[in-house]
Amino acid sequence: MIELLFFLFSAIALGAAINVIVQKHVLYGALSFIVLLVAMSGLFILLEADFLAVINVIVYAGAIMVLFVFVIMLLNLPSDEDGRDRLRWLKFLGIPMGLFLLFMIVATVGHAGLDVVAGRQIIGSPEAIGRSLFTDFLLPFEVTSLLILIALMGAVVFAKKDQ
Amino acid sequence: MIPLNWYLILSAFLFIIGVLGFFVKRNIIALLLSVEVMLNAVNLTFVAFSSKNGQISGQIFVFFVLVVAAAEAAVGLALVIAMFRNRETLNVDRSNLLKW
Repeated sequence: MIELLFFLFSAIALGAAINVIVQKHVLYGALSFIVLLVAMSGLFILLEADFLAVINVIVYAGAIMVLFVFVIMLLNLPSDEDGRDRLRWLKFLGIPMGLFLLFMIVATVGHAGLDVVAGRQIIGSPEAIGRSLFTDFLLPFEVTSLLILIALMGAVVFAKKDQ
Repeated sequence: MIPLNWYLILSAFLFIIGVLGFFVKRNIIALLLSVEVMLNAVNLTFVAFSSKNGQISGQIFVFFVLVVAAAEAAVGLALVIAMFRNRETLNVDRSNLLKW
């Protein structure tokens, strides 16, 4: 049963990821990425990371991808300006290189053969995550707030019309 | 019960799909989306190892990856807007002033 769900979610995730890079129009790619995120959340639930699964949908699909879709619609893109690519050979070099990298990674981790332990207690509960975040990882948490502040100011400065 | 390496292989496939998208696509928003696909693959690896070891650190790390992805999307999309305003295009081959 669990295996069936795993195959279902991974098939959805792989199909959506391929669709992201195959689509001609970026908007469809972004919408397909949301499908990928939902499949990811399913996999997180299978791994007993419940809180992360919820956060993945709410924050990633609900905020970040809305930002993407918002910008794509704001820009009113010209449809698929593929035109003359000066780097077309990248396709013929990049795909074999990528497949070679895939082969290397799968050859490395493919026979790891370790079992995922079935967590007797749910380790990804909101309480456990909050406790760890505000005790062991307090300093990275605070630094993260600084990063968000800088990104906020940077976004405003970059997107501003120059006088 | 699902072995750990199934998750690792799935994550490798997702990562390579992101890498291929980064190589092949020329639209800058598509490049940003490819980076997000790669980040998701890494997140899956983190959560798989976290669940396998029974430790929560991996899931905390996914939080930080999420934050960095949000910051990257905000700044990157602001740059996309600025680029579109100046160049009227999103093709990365057309904005090559810094290339040589």
